[in-house]
Amino acid sequence: MTATAEAPAPEVGAVPSFEVTLKIRRFLPSDDAIPTFGEPFEAEPRWDEFRVTVHGTDRVLDALHKIKWEHDGSLTFRRSCAHGICGSDAMRINGRNRLACKTLLKDLDPSKPIVVEPIKGLPVVKDLVVDMEPFFASYREIMPFLITTGTEPTKERLQSPQQRERFDDTTKCILCAACTSSCPVFWTDGQYFGPAAIVNAHRFIFDSRDEGGAQRLEILNDKEGVWRCRTTFNCTEACPRGIEVTKAIQEVKRAMITRAF
Amino acid sequence: MQTHQYDVVIVGAGGAGMRAALESSTRVRTAVISKLYPTRSHTGAAQGGMCAALANVEEDNWEWHTFDTVKGGDYLVDQDAAEVMAKEAIDAVLDLEKMGLPFNRTPEGRIDQRRFGGHTRNHGEAAVRRSCYAADRTGHMILQTLYQQCVKNEVEFFNEFYVLDLLVDHDLAASSVPEGEEVHVSGVVAYELATGEIHVFQAKSVVLATGGAGKIYKTTSNAHTLTGDGMALAYRRGIPLEDMEFFQFHPTGLAGLGILLSEAARGEGGILRNAEGERFMERYAPTIKDLAPRDIVARSMANEVREGRGAGPNKDYVLLDLTHLEPAHIDAKLPDITEFARTYLGIEPYTEPVPVYPTAHYAMGGIPTNIEGEVLRNSTDVIRGLYAAGEVACVSVHGSNRLGTNSLLDINVFGKRAGRTAAAYAATASFVELPEDPAAVVTAELEGIRTRPDGERVADIRRALQETMDANAQVFRTEESLRTALDDIRALRKRYTAVSVQDKSRTFNTDLLEAVELGFLLDIAETVVVGALNRKESRGGHFREDFPDRDDAGYMRHTMAYRRPAGLDGASAEGGDAEGTFAHTEPFDGYQVVLGSKPVIMTRYQPMERKY
Repeated sequence: MTATAEAPAPEVGAVPSFEVTLKIRRFLPSDDAIPTFGEPFEAEPRWDEFRVTVHGTDRVLDALHKIKWEHDGSLTFRRSCAHGICGSDAMRINGRNRLACKTLLKDLDPSKPIVVEPIKGLPVVKDLVVDMEPFFASYREIMPFLITTGTEPTKERLQSPQQRERFDDTTKCILCAACTSSCPVFWTDGQYFGPAAIVNAHRFIFDSRDEGGAQRLEILNDKEGVWRCRTTFNCTEACPRGIEVTKAIQEVKRAMITRAF
Repeated sequence: MQTHQYDVVIVGAGGAGMRAALESSTRVRTAVISKLYPTRSHTGAAQGGMCAALANVEEDNWEWHTFDTVKGGDYLVDQDAAEVMAKEAIDAVLDLEKMGLPFNRTPEGRIDQRRFGGHTRNHGEAAVRRSCYAADRTGHMILQTLYQQCVKNEVEFFNEFYVLDLLVDHDLAASSVPEGEEVHVSGVVAYELATGEIHVFQAKSVVLATGGAGKIYKTTSNAHTLTGDGMALAYRRGIPLEDMEFFQFHPTGLAGLGILLSEAARGEGGILRNAEGERFMERYAPTIKDLAPRDIVARSMANEVREGRGAGPNKDYVLLDLTHLEPAHIDAKLPDITEFARTYLGIEPYTEPVPVYPTAHYAMGGIPTNIEGEVLRNSTDVIRGLYAAGEVACVSVHGSNRLGTNSLLDINVFGKRAGRTAAAYAATASFVELPEDPAAVVTAELEGIRTRPDGERVADIRRALQETMDANAQVFRTEESLRTALDDIRALRKRYTAVSVQDKSRTFNTDLLEAVELGFLLDIAETVVVGALNRKESRGGHFREDFPDRDDAGYMRHTMAYRRPAGLDGASAEGGDAEGTFAHTEPFDGYQVVLGSKPVIMTRYQPMERKY
C-alpha cells in the first residue's frame, strides 16, 4: 500500500454534509432532431427540481455535477477550471449572477430550493448554456489590444509601478459575462456594449503604454456606449473577480469629458 | 457534414495554440479549433510566472537557466531543447510585454522578477530572481494577451469544436511503417458541440496544442476539460507517447480540493511546516529548502504525512505558512491564491497557515517532437505536416520533472516555433488526399455511445479510474500498486465498451463528449502506468519505493509507448531498443502497449547526483 492511498479529507473549515434542493431552469430547442429516438423535446422552458446530498466545501458546481453524473445526464452547463479563473460557469443563482464554482452551498440558505437559471440577455442554447457570441462581439469592438506607434524598443517598455497599478483592477477580467448579463440596460438593449467591454477598454485606456485611448473613447461615445450606463452597480456586485466595474465605467465617462487619461 | 480547407489547422486555443496562431495566421490561411472559448483555456490558471534570465534585478544568464532546467528534470531533459528554451525565454518575455502584457514592475520601471523553485544562480548556489510575473495571475495575463493579439490579427476560431480524429496517410497503428518512409498528415475531424454536426478539416499542417491530462487523477489542479485529447488522438493513430510515466504533483494544492496555490507563495517567503511547526524542508533540501523542485517538495510532504507528522484531524496534510509576511505584501503579490484559501477553506492566510497537499498538476510526457515542433513517429522520423507544442508535447525540456514557470515558457517558445514551422511547411506543401469517408471512425464512435439505450455510467467509470490513479500511481509507486492500477484500468476499459449516455440530443451534448473524453483518459492512464511499471528506477516525478535510486545505466532514456495490434512484433519494428532490456510489451484485449526508447540528448551537462 502506498502512503497516498488515503486521500486527504477536506476537514478544515468543513461543515457536515447536508441536503439541498436545486430548482433549475431547463430548455432544449425544438429543432433538435433525434432520428433514432423518436420524440422531439418540447421547446418551452421548464423548471426541474433535484435533491442531492452535498458536503461542507461543495460549491453549486459540485451539486450540478452530482445531478448530471448521478441523476440526469442531459443537464447541460459550461464549466472548466472549477475555481473561478476560466469564466465558463457564470449563471444566475438565487437571482444573482455568480460563478457556480465560487459559490459555496453552505453560504446559501439550504432550507429553500436554490434557484439556478442561465444568465440573462443572451439567447439560451440549452439549459444553462447561452450563446456568448454577442458578448464577445462587443468585446472585440472596443479594440482590446495594445495600440502603439513608432518603433518598438529593443527591450521592454518602461512603466512605473504606479502606472502599472493604475489599471490593475481591470486586468482581472475573465470575460465570464456576469457583469454584462446583470445589467438592466443590457437586458432591454442587446446593442449596448455592456460593462465587460467597457472594463476591457478601461484596461487599455489607462495603460501608460497604450496610444489607442482616443479611438476607444470615440467608440464608446456611441449611443450604445458608456452613456447608457445608469450606475445601478449591479455589475460591480456581480463581478466574481471583485473588479469595481461601475467605478471603471465612471472613469471612462470622465475621461471622455476631460480627455485626460 | 461540412468540409473545410486551411493551410494550417491548430487544435487548441490555450497559450501554445494561440502563440502558434499568431505566427501562422500572418503567413498562411489558418484556423484554430478549440473545445473551449480561447479565454477559458487552462493556461489562464497558471499563477506564478515565466522565467527568463533578463537579469533585471540581479545577475543571471540563460546558461544558468539551462542548467537548472536540466538538473530539475533529473537529467532526462534533452539539453538542446532546454538550451533553446532558456535562450529564447528572454525574447519570449519581451514579446509578451510588447503585446501589452502587464508585468509587475521594478521601481525603475523594468519587468520585476522573483524567486521560484529550482531556479538558482551559478549552478545551484542560491535561489535567483528569474520569474517574470503579473501578481499571481501570470497565466491569466498571458492567455488574455495572446487572445487580444488574436483579435487584433483577426485569427479565425472554431470555438466549442471538439477534434476527435487525426487523419494521417499511413495506418501507423495497424502495422509498422518502415523507418524512413514518408508519412503525412491530411487533416482532422471535429464535432461541433452546439449542433452535433461533424466537420472535416483538410490541412497541410496540423498543430496539436490541446494541453494536459490531469483528469486521470482525482486530486488535481487541472480543469475538468483536461482529458488528454490530443495525446490520445495521436496515440490511437499509432504515434508514440513519450515519457508518460512522469507526472508532476504540485506540492501546494488546497488540501482535499487540489486547487493550486502557486509556488510563488514560497518564492515570496512562504514556509511549509508539519504538525509540529517544523520547517521540514530544511531536512530534505538544506540549501534551497522550500524552493526545492516540485518533485522533491511533494515527496517530502507526503513523507511527513506518512511518518505521522501531518497536520489536521486526520494528520493528512501539511501547512503553508504565510503569517509572517506583511498583509500588504500578500495582497500585492499573492492576491488570488489567498482568496482561494478564504473562499474554499474559510482560512485567513494573514493569520492562519493554509492546509496543503500535493495535487496532480502537469504531464511532463506527451507527443514526441523535435525542437522545431515536428512530431516524431519513432526515434528519428517526423510526420510531415504534424506539429505539437505545450503540455500535449514532449520536446523534452522538462525531462522527469518540470521546474515551476517553465510551462509558460514552453508554450511561448515552442508554440511560436511550431506555428512558424507549420506555416513554412504549408507554404510549400500540397494538400494530402483525405481518406475515403474521413469521418467514419468518429461517427461510428459517437453514434455507438449516443444510441446505446443503457449501460455503464461515464461518471462511475471515471471516478473509479481517478481513485485508482490517486491510490496507486501518485507520488509513491511500487510494482504492486502499479499492477493494481493496471488491472483496474483494464477492468474499466471493459466496462467502457458498454458506456452509454442519458442525453440523446444533438444540441450541446456535453454528456456525450464526457463519454468520449473518458475514453481518452483511459488510454492516457494506461500509458502512464505501463511506463511506470517498466521504469524500475526513481527519477524526478517518478518515484518507485521498490527502486528508490536513479539508474542511469538502465534508464537514462526516454520511454516511447506505442499502441499496436496484439501479436505484431512491435518492439523490434519500432527501432526502439537493440539491447532489449528496456523494450517491453503489455498485450491486452486485441492490442498491446509496446515500449521502446529514445536516447536523451546531452550537450553540456553530464548527469550528476541531484542535491539541493
